Amino acid sequence: MADLSCKIAGIDSLNPFWLASAPPTDKKYNVVRAFEAGWGGVVWKTLGIDPPVINVSSRYGAHHDQNRRLLGINNIELISDRPLVVNLQEIRECRKEYPDHVIIGSMMAPIEERVWKDLAQQIAESGVHGIELNLGCPHGMCERGMGSAIGQVPEMVEQVTRWVKDAVDIPVFTKLTPNITNILWSAEAAYKGGADAVSLINTVNSIISVDIDNMIPEPVVDGKGTHGGYCGSAVKPIALNMIAEIARTPETKNLEISGIGGITTWKDAVEFMALGSNAVQVCTAAMIYGFRVVDDLIDGMSQWMDDKGYTSVEQFTRAAVPQVADWNELNMNYDTKAVINTDNCIECGRCHIACEDTSHQAITMTDKPEGGRVFEVVDEECVGCNLCYHICPVPDCITMEPVKTDKPPMTWPEHPLNPMRAAAE
Amino acid sequence: MTILQAKQAQKSGANHSVADSHTDDGFSDLHPAYSTLQAMAESNRCLYCYDAPCVTACPTSIDIPSFIRKISTANPDGAAKTILSANIMGGTCARACPTEVLCEEACVRNVAEDTAVEIGSLQRFAVDHLMARDLPHPFKRAPETGKQIAIIGAGPAGLSCAHRAAMLGHDVTVFEAKAKPGGLNEYGLAAYKMTDDFAQREVEFLLGIGGIRIEYGKALGTDINLQALKDSYDAVFVGVGLGSTNNLGLKGEEFPGVDDAIKFIEQLRQTEPKSDMPVGNNVIVIGGGNTAIDAAVQAKRLGAGEVTLVYRRGPENMSATEFEQDLAKTNGVVVRYWAKPVAIKANGKLMGMSFEKTELDASGKLVGTGETFDIPADQILKAIGQKIKPDDLAGMEITGGKIIVDDTYQTTAPGVFAGGDCIKSGEDLTVQSVEDGKQAAIAIDAFLKTASA
Repeated sequence: MADLSCKIAGIDSLNPFWLASAPPTDKKYNVVRAFEAGWGGVVWKTLGIDPPVINVSSRYGAHHDQNRRLLGINNIELISDRPLVVNLQEIRECRKEYPDHVIIGSMMAPIEERVWKDLAQQIAESGVHGIELNLGCPHGMCERGMGSAIGQVPEMVEQVTRWVKDAVDIPVFTKLTPNITNILWSAEAAYKGGADAVSLINTVNSIISVDIDNMIPEPVVDGKGTHGGYCGSAVKPIALNMIAEIARTPETKNLEISGIGGITTWKDAVEFMALGSNAVQVCTAAMIYGFRVVDDLIDGMSQWMDDKGYTSVEQFTRAAVPQVADWNELNMNYDTKAVINTDNCIECGRCHIACEDTSHQAITMTDKPEGGRVFEVVDEECVGCNLCYHICPVPDCITMEPVKTDKPPMTWPEHPLNPMRAAAE
Repeated sequence: MTILQAKQAQKSGANHSVADSHTDDGFSDLHPAYSTLQAMAESNRCLYCYDAPCVTACPTSIDIPSFIRKISTANPDGAAKTILSANIMGGTCARACPTEVLCEEACVRNVAEDTAVEIGSLQRFAVDHLMARDLPHPFKRAPETGKQIAIIGAGPAGLSCAHRAAMLGHDVTVFEAKAKPGGLNEYGLAAYKMTDDFAQREVEFLLGIGGIRIEYGKALGTDINLQALKDSYDAVFVGVGLGSTNNLGLKGEEFPGVDDAIKFIEQLRQTEPKSDMPVGNNVIVIGGGNTAIDAAVQAKRLGAGEVTLVYRRGPENMSATEFEQDLAKTNGVVVRYWAKPVAIKANGKLMGMSFEKTELDASGKLVGTGETFDIPADQILKAIGQKIKPDDLAGMEITGGKIIVDDTYQTTAPGVFAGGDCIKSGEDLTVQSVEDGKQAAIAIDAFLKTASA
């Protein structure tokens, strides 16, 4: 079994799987269960200054697929609603009882230097390995000038990061909000402020659904609803892009990254790490299935590493980053065609209708003399878009095959039909 | 049966195996109705095929992928309308169709997984959902045409024709020989397929379209005649089914205890409580169709000690589907193939039956081997096919035991149309009769428009 130990922001971890700051890490009871289940670390639910916040009922909305599988949750829960002293005492106990497991203290405060520094020092004294700055919550706390209200202003991100770095001598993770126009601005601000790592993404600002019987956004609190933070597998693509952007941009690429955003399976975790994450944080998958999901994360990643010959996670961390390019760097002379393996085809007709109605009319449907239908790709019409390949319900029935060409690679900036190219000459 | 269904069956004690037949009254649903959870899970197995093979396989061409998608998007009443717009008796067909040789056989899920989407159960879920609600009838009638249509027979063909004709704006009078509507849905299907008086509820629902009147106790040939109807109505539809049964041609066939299986089912269906229905201790059923299976299984569930189903050929020749054959076996029916009845044995009372073993000779003809055996019986149920009663059908040409119709379901008598089991369309199935009735109504509508033009 491959060695999953890793290091992020100078902190050694048994494995790259931490629980994100959220309801699952609200108290010692949960954290103990998480460590027993195999999680390498937790980011304790965000601590604020006393008096503790008060939460409402209800708190979660859900985006289901038609089979009632949860694709995403949105939540309007605020930060820890327990007294700071209680949380810090429990952190101390957990650190003592589980010395090999990582605990990061997440914190949030109004934009006041003294408050940030005092709170950071109190948390550091509890023995945490590091501090994560919650600059992301898009609901509730931002209305009080915290969370995303800070995270959306790069100058504040830098300022807060610097305050905490000055106040404590343990690693600082700046947690970034995706509710911005360009993640690089806040990532660079965190870097300038001295962050040892950035954690991203926090939840995506959202209204998840509407109770159409009563015309109220969900979750409903006594006849009203509010926007909340969206998480779960549905947000994974948003997170992957932001992580990759940070990892491949010269100004931010030296930041270490704790990847967050809908990680549900070991493969998700590998993808996050391949695009730049040094370790990952998980929340929604645990909320849906319980802490036991870490077993598949650990086992699946180890199996995959063994199969691929990786002996440490560093060997594939950021391995996909060099292949992330701007569109302008793509080869316009590359061509693929869909190939339908008729032996595997179950004749559902989905590829045909998808291509016929919404793409390039490149898949014909012909009745067979002996009954049934046969589906064939018209190579001249196929642009290699992948739509049929993705919607086919049978794995490996449709493959995308590169077309052999003698043409050298050519990007759009080099393309003869690019008017900008002509202008440049 | 899906895992979910199996679990529900276990929970409800509705698993009809021999072992627990004592815990079951023998008349409860063969396939328990889906829960919403089951319908959601199963509907999501549908791949929403384009130009789907299941639609082609359905005699009424129900848009199956569309209705299943509607179930999966929490629109079961919309699903029901999709079903009923193609097949107004979608509720009965969901229960009685041999789906394993129709839509479910064509399901593409069979190809890679060997497990079709349970279309029949989903169809029942949708139609039951709609029918359980106190909603206006889902279809509207076209403006009244003033045309009068007479329909003979309130079975699936006649009622389907009536509904579609009423929808097209015509006034319909249905003449039914029996006291209740529904035809074989009411009188000819095993009780465990049609629980909770479904056949009557379905007719009531169907009549909700308006413009349909049913006169009961009006049999063709005795109470009404074709010529008179032709004279008083703009068009006539004949959906009389097969009013007569085949005989074994053996001495003693009229002996008490020797009955038609279809009559046995009819009597059972009209008996309440069903446990009052008398049944023999040793029952022989002769035949290889679904009626034979219905009778054998139902006899066993009524408490018969031994039920032996005897068929003159092999299992592959049976017109009963594989599912139905398995149903007989799992209900403890002994099935004997390759034997034909040669004598009814009686000694003051029915004693049993003698059989001769059969085989195919070199030319492929079924012949007796000369070897005989006896099976004791105090009840013999004949399910060797039904046939038309030609005497009542004067004026229409009949060939091969079926009324001749053209492409528009018109018989050789102008203005007289026919459909259902009395014509040769597809298999003698409820779903085919519903399709015949629907198409005949459309043809009648066109005929009336031409006639008045």
